[in-house]
Amino acid sequence: MTLNTISRHLREGSKSIVRNGWMSVASISSIVISLFILGVFILLSFNLNHLMSQVDSKITISVYLKVGTSKEQVDLLETDIGNMSEVSQVTLIPKAEGLKLLEKKLGDKGKDLVKGYTPETNPLPDAFTIEVYKPETVSMVAKKIQALNETNKDKPIDIVNYGQGHVEKLFKLTEMIRNFGLILVVGLGFTAMFLIANTIKITIMARQREISIMKMVGATNSFIRWPFFVEGALIGLIGSVVTIAILFLAYNQLFALTADTMGIQFIDMLPLSNIWAFAFGSLMALGILIGVWGSTISIRKFLKV
Amino acid sequence: MIEMQDIWKTYTNGSHALRGVNVLIDKDEFVYLVGPSGAGKSTFMKLIYREEVPTKGQLFVNGFNIGKLKQRKIPYVRRNIGVIFQDFRLLPKLTAYENVAFAMEVIEAPKKVIKRRVPEVLELVGLKQKMNCLPSQLSGGEQQRVAIARAIVNNPAVLVADEPTGNLDPETSWEIMKLLEEINYRGTTIIMATHNKDIVNRIRRRVIAIEEGMIVRDEVRGDYGYDT
Repeated sequence: MTLNTISRHLREGSKSIVRNGWMSVASISSIVISLFILGVFILLSFNLNHLMSQVDSKITISVYLKVGTSKEQVDLLETDIGNMSEVSQVTLIPKAEGLKLLEKKLGDKGKDLVKGYTPETNPLPDAFTIEVYKPETVSMVAKKIQALNETNKDKPIDIVNYGQGHVEKLFKLTEMIRNFGLILVVGLGFTAMFLIANTIKITIMARQREISIMKMVGATNSFIRWPFFVEGALIGLIGSVVTIAILFLAYNQLFALTADTMGIQFIDMLPLSNIWAFAFGSLMALGILIGVWGSTISIRKFLKV
Repeated sequence: MIEMQDIWKTYTNGSHALRGVNVLIDKDEFVYLVGPSGAGKSTFMKLIYREEVPTKGQLFVNGFNIGKLKQRKIPYVRRNIGVIFQDFRLLPKLTAYENVAFAMEVIEAPKKVIKRRVPEVLELVGLKQKMNCLPSQLSGGEQQRVAIARAIVNNPAVLVADEPTGNLDPETSWEIMKLLEEINYRGTTIIMATHNKDIVNRIRRRVIAIEEGMIVRDEVRGDYGYDT
């Protein structure tokens, strides 16, 4: 294909978009709506993952031992738990240290509560803090530790604690959001595709005469098809650029807002610079894909070349 | 150049447009195709420019076996066949020049060649002065000249004309005929379907008469042979 031909196809394709007026606007809007929703879900799931990873680092298993467990038992448990393949780290918190931590946690106001305890009268048990590689495995590891307790005749473990229930709920929520978003996006993507197919159909109808003359004088089929591909791809491209602009502005607004009000707490949003390449790149690719797909359908159906 | 061997054409609605046509048309010939409406003249011509495919029989045009032609080869066969119609079929929004250039652009001719060739052809059909006019600003005869220029701009070996004078008054018709003769003289085979008795009887050429899908007469320097 010569440079002349390429510029001709581009010119013809973009001319049709202008000529089809409101149909083009409708197609572009439908692409914008579906891509916008997809974009929201992409950004949301990125942030949920981000949130999860922050929560993840806070997900640990606390194992409290019975008061008066022997030193040998403690060491044995520490190695047994440390040998589990899912476990990344086991930290022993002897009761003396536990008391210090508690004192620190209670702060100035609660200082009096722990004041009277000496190492001899310390009521706290020894404890382990266990970190795992993957947060999904916490409940399993917790069960394993329980099982470890059952097989030990002394039953040295008092409580195994990992925030039961909350972790599972958070995982379920992310999964639900992901699935729901996927279904919605697929449905809207099809709608956009059909609208584009219709727009291209109008172009083909409007150009019937031109097309028949092109065929008569011996234009190749691909030469006849290209402007319609260009039109579909351009509709997709325009739609995705508009969507990206909207998402960009909205995200930055929201980012600034959360940074002001919630920045102190552990909930913070990912800065856009970390994710824009993937998020916006995939939106643009998908927009163009939907556009080309729509035009392909119309070309096959209405352009009998 | 064009050879039909026992050509049959049956449309999907069951009508037999052509029934066993045998014909040989040589290079440089000028052929009139006459006969009543619906006799099969248009089908005859559509087969030549591969708008239709024969149901049965062998058809060769410029050395291509039309019945067995691969889909993607069709455009290249058509580049060697110019077509003109009774209703001109120009693009209304393009000027005379652009209409002719369009035929070269869509087969991806180099820009330089287009710029040289289009005025040349418009001069041949006598429209060089009006090349920037839109079809609506031209008379019927002038529009048909533009259509002829478009048909021959890519130097086809064959020119197929389906009642080219059908919409024109007698005087304009003669001018168009003079032009077609000139094109034929320059080496293009012309096949022209017509109902114009005066033309066929005055400019004597080979006449092929088709009735009910069969060739009923084929005469060198024949006459029209029908009353109307």
